[in-house]
Amino acid sequence: MKLDNIYQEEKKSNFAKVYEIIITMASRPSGFIGLSILIFHIILAFISPYIAPYDFKAINPTLMLQAPSAEYWFGTDDLGRDVFTRTILGGRTALTITFFGSLIALLWGGLLGIFCGLVGGKTDDIVMRIVDAFLSIPWILAMLLIVSLLGTSTEVLIPALGFFYGKGIVRVARAATHDVIAKDFIVSARARGHSNFSIIWYEIIPNVRDAILVEGAMRWSWMLLGFSSLSFLGFGVSPPTPDWGLMISNARGLMSFAYWSVIAPIVGLSSLIIGINLTADAFAKALGIDRSTKAPV
Amino acid sequence: MLFLIIKRILLGLITLFIVSLITFVGTEVLPGDACTTYLERQAFGEQLEACYRRLGLNVPAYERYVSWAVNAIQGDFGYSLSGEMPIKEVLGPRIKNSLVLASAAIFIGIPIALILGIVTALWRDKLPDVAISTVTIFAMTIPEFISATLLILIIAIWLEWLPGIVIVPTDVSFFELLPNIILPVIAIAMIMTAHMARMVRSSVIQVMASEYVQMAILKGVPYWKMVFKHVLPNALLPAINVVALTIAWLLGGVVVTEVVFNYPGLGRLVIESISNRDLPTVQALAIILASIYVSINLLADLMTLMLNPRLKTLQIRK
Repeated sequence: MKLDNIYQEEKKSNFAKVYEIIITMASRPSGFIGLSILIFHIILAFISPYIAPYDFKAINPTLMLQAPSAEYWFGTDDLGRDVFTRTILGGRTALTITFFGSLIALLWGGLLGIFCGLVGGKTDDIVMRIVDAFLSIPWILAMLLIVSLLGTSTEVLIPALGFFYGKGIVRVARAATHDVIAKDFIVSARARGHSNFSIIWYEIIPNVRDAILVEGAMRWSWMLLGFSSLSFLGFGVSPPTPDWGLMISNARGLMSFAYWSVIAPIVGLSSLIIGINLTADAFAKALGIDRSTKAPV
Repeated sequence: MLFLIIKRILLGLITLFIVSLITFVGTEVLPGDACTTYLERQAFGEQLEACYRRLGLNVPAYERYVSWAVNAIQGDFGYSLSGEMPIKEVLGPRIKNSLVLASAAIFIGIPIALILGIVTALWRDKLPDVAISTVTIFAMTIPEFISATLLILIIAIWLEWLPGIVIVPTDVSFFELLPNIILPVIAIAMIMTAHMARMVRSSVIQVMASEYVQMAILKGVPYWKMVFKHVLPNALLPAINVVALTIAWLLGGVVVTEVVFNYPGLGRLVIESISNRDLPTVQALAIILASIYVSINLLADLMTLMLNPRLKTLQIRK
């Protein structure tokens, strides 16, 4: 009974903490703008299938490249498809894939980093060499290689992106673990005879969680950038799926006389990336982590 | 000092070795090999045999790796599958074109980034800082292909000032290339400058808050003298490493930018060789791009070592 009480109290305070962080984030203008954009996009991703005025893959040769009008708010593209419909649907795939990709990146990157930081020695050296080697292959080359050999389905893209963007998190998690590991409470946990697993779970993770989460949030925006670049190059989701990167690359050739079909997805994608970025920045500031001096590796 | 330099170089070489292993094993483990992926449906009988013989795929993997690595060190990457040309010859002009593009962007970008970074730091939270910082956030978060597309739309199509697409053969001379590269250079320099300016800004702000600068202010050192003598040397040193990492990271962005502008550089070759499933070329590109990354970082490390007297004495004392 007593234990139960303590448990509930802790849970409540966790909620309060999250609430507090969100309030701190929203109290800066940049954080407020970022959060609003992000929330707008998330809501849009959920409701867009129900509010889309037309079918996103309905081809209509008589309506090719119509300028924006009351009927077609953002005009139509080269196959006569409604650009407004495709734009509001265009973020769903990108958001889903990059969100789950970031979760995978957080999980494996964070755990491996903590493990390396805790174990140290030769294992740590070898793992970090390999991570460095992966870091020095340009992301786009590696992603293209994976995607071209394994295909571009969601089941390939999510783990591939998650794996590739997780290697930077390994470093951050390892550095954060190094900061914690020399502290007295770890030494005393060892003295109490706790196993490595329980030290990681109860002592290290609560202390490095903030740093890893901030890094993960930042990865999310880079992953979105990477994913849409892949789509743009024709190696991401396949048509006719509405996707901003794909729409931009399709409409690019025609933009000298149909600029609307390229502007709409550009606004969609840019606003989402800026929204995630501002939110991640505000999140870092709310947690008191300065990442402005870090390079985007 | 010398020991440290040698150690850095060795670590870089080890990294490159692992990269070569990763790309080699990666292309080996994944389903299909260079020949079956290249020939696709025609991958049987004599054609497949001929392809295997041409690439030397009929010997065990480790032997192939050793001979490939030995040749690669001498600059010989074997033959590309599609053109059946030595990869060395394919790469030559591409590397030159990409170098022109990248170095132009770097030479334009670094001074601008320094000025913007210092200005925003010294006028922190005032109008110049807020204005410039807002612009840099936009410039660095928007994907390269979007800023490049917008540049083409506004400058090439609406204003008709510059050509939007580069239409030149791969082995074009430097001066013929020049008018064509203005827009790609702007597209790359914009993102790079934004990243670097932000780092310089936070680095300067950090130093401005340090005790020795406070001391200099209290001592009555004139403001600009303090900035140039006490702040900048200490602020720019740590920025070198970060700038190097940024340049290396932007290699990926250069690929996308080259595709948008149809620029005949390494980046477009990456896309072309992957679309053609030309695995030998992809392997060569991976090693070359990774060596660029490693050497930029190495250079930055060495520069920091040379320029930082504290590190030097520290090493000697050790």
